[in-house]
Amino acid sequence: MTSLVLLEYDDAGIKQPSRSAVAAAAKLGEIHALVAGSGVEAAAAAAAKLPGVAKVLAADAPALDHLLAEPTAALLVALAPAYSHLLAATTAVGKNIMPRVAALLDAQPISDIAEVVDADTFVRPIYAGNGMATVKSSDAKKVITVRAASFDPVAAEGGNAPIEAVSIPDLPGVSKFISAELSKSERPELTAARVVISGGRGMQAGENFKLLEPIADKLGAAVGASRAAVDAGFVPNDFQVGQTGKIVAPELYVAVGISGAIQHLAGMKDSKVIVAINKDEEAPIFQVADYGLVADLFTALPELAAELERS
Amino acid sequence: MKILVPVKRVVDYNVKVRVKADGSGIETAGVKMSMNPFDEIAIEEAVRLKEKGVATEIVAISLGVAQCAETIRTALAMGADRGILVETDAELQPLAVAKLLKAIADKEQPKLIILGKQAIDDDMSATGQMLAALLGWPQGTFASKVVIDGDTITVTREVDGGLETVALNLPAIVTTDLRLNEPRYASLPNIMKARKKPIDNMKPADLGVDPAPRLTTLKVVEPPKRKAGVKVGSVAELVAKLRTEAKVI
Ligand SMILES: Cc1cc2nc3c(=O)[nH]c(=O)nc-3n(C[C@H](O)[C@H](O)[C@H](O)COP(=O)(O)OP(=O)(O)OC[C@H]3O[C@@H](n4cnc5c(N)ncnc54)[C@H](O)[C@@H]3O)c2cc1C
Ligand SMILES: Nc1ncnc2c1ncn2[C@@H]1O[C@H](COP(=O)(O)O)[C@@H](O)[C@H]1O
Repeated sequence: MTSLVLLEYDDAGIKQPSRSAVAAAAKLGEIHALVAGSGVEAAAAAAAKLPGVAKVLAADAPALDHLLAEPTAALLVALAPAYSHLLAATTAVGKNIMPRVAALLDAQPISDIAEVVDADTFVRPIYAGNGMATVKSSDAKKVITVRAASFDPVAAEGGNAPIEAVSIPDLPGVSKFISAELSKSERPELTAARVVISGGRGMQAGENFKLLEPIADKLGAAVGASRAAVDAGFVPNDFQVGQTGKIVAPELYVAVGISGAIQHLAGMKDSKVIVAINKDEEAPIFQVADYGLVADLFTALPELAAELERS
Repeated sequence: MKILVPVKRVVDYNVKVRVKADGSGIETAGVKMSMNPFDEIAIEEAVRLKEKGVATEIVAISLGVAQCAETIRTALAMGADRGILVETDAELQPLAVAKLLKAIADKEQPKLIILGKQAIDDDMSATGQMLAALLGWPQGTFASKVVIDGDTITVTREVDGGLETVALNLPAIVTTDLRLNEPRYASLPNIMKARKKPIDNMKPADLGVDPAPRLTTLKVVEPPKRKAGVKVGSVAELVAKLRTEAKVI
């Protein structure tokens, strides 16, 4: 039984959610890793170092640039005969490609698994994580996305797998990449950060997110937001934490001016320690917070920055 | 240009759902049901395309129990022209839904199908991508902007790092993200008008599809409950507790 894991990478190496997908695959047996794109040499070398990976498949073709769903799914389907399980992280890339692969293999995808029970059986959240369902698949091949927050990522170094170039099948040319507008930030990625500090509608304006910055700097935190803050245009869409945004489970999550709607909690309630700062002592966020501070954020945030600065 | 919009009947997003005591699933008896919020966004986008003169007809499709007809009525009141109800009491998973929708698309020959990016009950986020695969069409998932120009649709997508724009040949699939538009409320006159719009009723067997689920749910449990912690009196106390008690900073 061998699994194939589709990896995502950037200049810094293999992305953390993909390393979590490798950790999930490790519970299933032998692991092969796939890096696809245009110019994948460095990524293949990084993949070869992941502990537990037995072989790296390198698929290098201009049509695979940006991992568009149509060609990447066709590639995975061409490789599928050798594998019992096909996995990727539950990221924008994984969610886009894997269901397409599943349909082409006549399989029902198993989305966003939080636990591997056995080769056919997995636990996944439903209803914004208000239920954890144990599901058993009867499909010959399992197509899976992995909730990164539920699996400790494998290390970036330690392995030494062989790299094999794969021959590229005919790829559909029905889609074209036009452009990307990616947020630039010196901060860690939301899904990989040890500390996350998020602002909600209570922040009142985009410029007030500056109040979070000295705190984020001090704690090495990523900055997130509620849907309301994104919808209001305070911050870009990729800041959204929640059922339909990013799922995070940092050591410390600080929610500022966020009421604690079910959809927001779905994205952060597995954090180890939760702090809430809200002026409304009845706010539902306090029901999940380990430490709650009832205060006006416009006085509390500067105080917090100063207090962290002090010691 | 004809547009199909699949609309799912789900537990309303405001409902605090409960796991059934016997662990067989989520309690849905007596619970308020509504159209999946992302599907409202899908209908809204289709109606706006019709108002711009790009779309000519909008067909709303729902698959499931007889009451899905109410979900279709909501879509008709928002501006869809007619409905198709694929009625079954059996559990439908995204693979079966995609196969049934493909059979309908083969008959209806739309240029565009707009789905929600995710149903808020099963949280699968799969059906649109699967339908695109079965039809051999390109897909623009998690869309926050859609522009149609001749035989091309340009879709701006919400991705992990920000936004990505792709151009797809029509016919194509789009799945909606939250910021594509703000759905309208149906006006009373439009709700009245919707009562007269036609809904076609069929069964999965009429479409030649075996909808048997591939995933068996063995049990559903509640997630570990978090307890409310303590309220701190000051920022200084908060920082002290994070340092010495929680040891996270
Ligand atoms: C289909 C669907 C998907 C969704 N997905 C998500 C998702 O992924 N993520 C998400 O977050 N939401 C999501 N939502 C939205 C969710 O239901 C809530 O509307 C949203 O989370 C509310 O954001 P908020 O807490 O910032 O705003 P509000 O609920 O308006 O809360 C603002 C809070 O700020 C506090 N406040 C105001 N001023 C101050 C001040 N000066 N000092 C301190 N506190 C202050 C208030 O007391 C209040 O509690 C989704 C909704 C739907 C329907
Ligand atoms: N039973 C159904 N009836 C109508 N549309 C559906 C159904 N199931 C899924 N869909 C569509 O597929 C989208 C994604 O659902 P899912 O893949 O289950 O998360 C939904 O937003 C709907 O547009």
